[in-house]
Amino acid sequence: MSAPPTVAPAAPAPPAPVGAALVPPQGRVAAHARGQRYADRLFQGGTLFFAVLVFSLLAAILLSLYWGALPALHRFGFFGFARSRAWNPVTKQFGGLVDIYGTLVTSAIAMLFGIPISFGIALFVTELCPRWLKQPLSTAIELLAAIPSIIYGMWGLFVLAPLLADHVQPWMTDHLGGWPLLGSLFQGPPLGIGMFTAGIILAVMVIPFISAVMRDVFESVPAILKESTYAVGATTWEVVSHIVLPYARIGVAGGIMLGLGRALGETMAVTFVIGNAHELNSSLFMPGNTISSHLANEFSEAIGGLYTSSLIALGLILFIITFIVLAFSKLLLLRLQRMEGRPS
Amino acid sequence: MAAADGPEPPAAFSENGEHGEHAGAHAAYAEVYSSALYRRRRWTNRVALTLSVATMAIGLFFLAWILWTLAERGLVALRPVVFTQSTPPPGSAGGLINAIAGSLMMTVVGILVGAPVGIMAGTYLSEFGKNHWFAEMARFVNDILLSAPSIIIGLFVYAVIVLRMGHFSGWAGAMALAIIAIPIVVRTTEDMLHLVPVTLREAAAALGAPRWKVVVLIAFRAARSGILTGVLLAIARVSGETAPLLFTALNNQFWSTNMNAPIANLPMVIFQFAMSPYTDWVKLAWAGSLLITLSVLLLNIVARIVFRQQKAG
Repeated sequence: MSAPPTVAPAAPAPPAPVGAALVPPQGRVAAHARGQRYADRLFQGGTLFFAVLVFSLLAAILLSLYWGALPALHRFGFFGFARSRAWNPVTKQFGGLVDIYGTLVTSAIAMLFGIPISFGIALFVTELCPRWLKQPLSTAIELLAAIPSIIYGMWGLFVLAPLLADHVQPWMTDHLGGWPLLGSLFQGPPLGIGMFTAGIILAVMVIPFISAVMRDVFESVPAILKESTYAVGATTWEVVSHIVLPYARIGVAGGIMLGLGRALGETMAVTFVIGNAHELNSSLFMPGNTISSHLANEFSEAIGGLYTSSLIALGLILFIITFIVLAFSKLLLLRLQRMEGRPS
Repeated sequence: MAAADGPEPPAAFSENGEHGEHAGAHAAYAEVYSSALYRRRRWTNRVALTLSVATMAIGLFFLAWILWTLAERGLVALRPVVFTQSTPPPGSAGGLINAIAGSLMMTVVGILVGAPVGIMAGTYLSEFGKNHWFAEMARFVNDILLSAPSIIIGLFVYAVIVLRMGHFSGWAGAMALAIIAIPIVVRTTEDMLHLVPVTLREAAAALGAPRWKVVVLIAFRAARSGILTGVLLAIARVSGETAPLLFTALNNQFWSTNMNAPIANLPMVIFQFAMSPYTDWVKLAWAGSLLITLSVLLLNIVARIVFRQQKAG
């Protein structure tokens, strides 16, 4: 460590230590101390600079997207663009409705399957699992998040889609296709490629994110609450449904939002299996498009200012949607932390 | 709680010591335990817990299924030629060496840019900003960036770098990867620095060490493995990313180490080859998928081991 600069050399007499310390030190020691102070300021300023850089990234992304989308927004108007189902590079008519619809529908399917499965996994890990199995099983589920999305796409295209086309979709058409109102969702040719398959893959992909948050909030439930409920004779399920879930509901909602944010923006896995068709279909089995898959398929080939600009406008809409969802998730989780009195 | 309606008889049990009474208590006990309410509760519980086990099995099943698919189709395609030749035109044999090299180069550059930025920003959040309103905001923004769609990052880099330079390039790809790596490193660095006991910093400060020395020589050293974990996780995440490379690095069919031009990379080659009708290409795509997944999983496992060291040390 460096020499203690100020106090030691300047305090010769015990009676006046405070005043003595105020005497400015001289010579090499002082120069060294000054140098250290500069180094301190430099270091702190440096870290602050990079923190500001990270902070301004978000604003920069938003601005650059807005800038790029301006021509399209000028031409069609924001809501006009979002409501139009046109997409024709030749006549230069563009709209985002089909992609927005596809994004929302695939994410909805993902949530429909992903939430209950994640909940079950979190329940298993926190309440049922023997202690020695906890770590390995959690790690295994977390590895699902580590697999790159392009691998999900490969697997979805070559393995899952044919399987769904041959076995699952015909069955669903037979058994669910006749339902009133919802029936039309399950009609149409079992292609394997389409919004349904994309939704299933997204469900698998969001499981690790949602279940990890749920596991953490379930574990934060005070043991004494659970123990007292067990003590009056409740079953495990009753403890979970009456104590753990109500206590952890904010965190659970935050985890679901986090998963939803992931599902909305997922690109490669969806691009492989969605079929890249620009049409609005009532059937879930038909090919469609999501915002991200549309960008992935067409952006690098887009020619012409308005065409590129319309694609960037799609990106802007996607970013705004995911921003709102993720911000909501983060706020919920922050609130949970405050309630527990934990620093963030 | 509905629980109070359930198993009540034990009270009657202990009150009456006589033998005859005891038998009666047994009967009451049996009666309650076979009551409709009790049976329904037990069944609900059993069904719920069985479903919970089933969901765990589903999760593990998907993991095993995906890994099995990769092993089955990738191992066959993984021949030595994959590491010696460049990507072939359709219909002929070839390898992936240009894509492997391009991916490595962009990942290295991306991490070299992203990791220091992330570590510095994380240091500010943990050591200087703490609960300052700006630090809170930066933390919030960082967490959003952590989950933001990676294709948006690609659009951003396209607008800022590719349009300026006028062409796709390896540098642009590396920058996109750096932006994806930064939030991961920021987050882990901050968390790991939090784990370093305050007393350690105070001890150094009491010896007269200036602030920067306390952070660099004490806190960084104590959190070294933890920060390394973050960097490893960032490498793992970045090396599998495809979407941000679509409009930045693009692709290149030939061997090229020129970072100022479009450059081949594994994820893009996999994307292009998998969607093609040529069996040779699809096979190579599987080989590439296996390579990427193996390296990503390996990095993840190494990161976990390093992290365990951090917690132990």
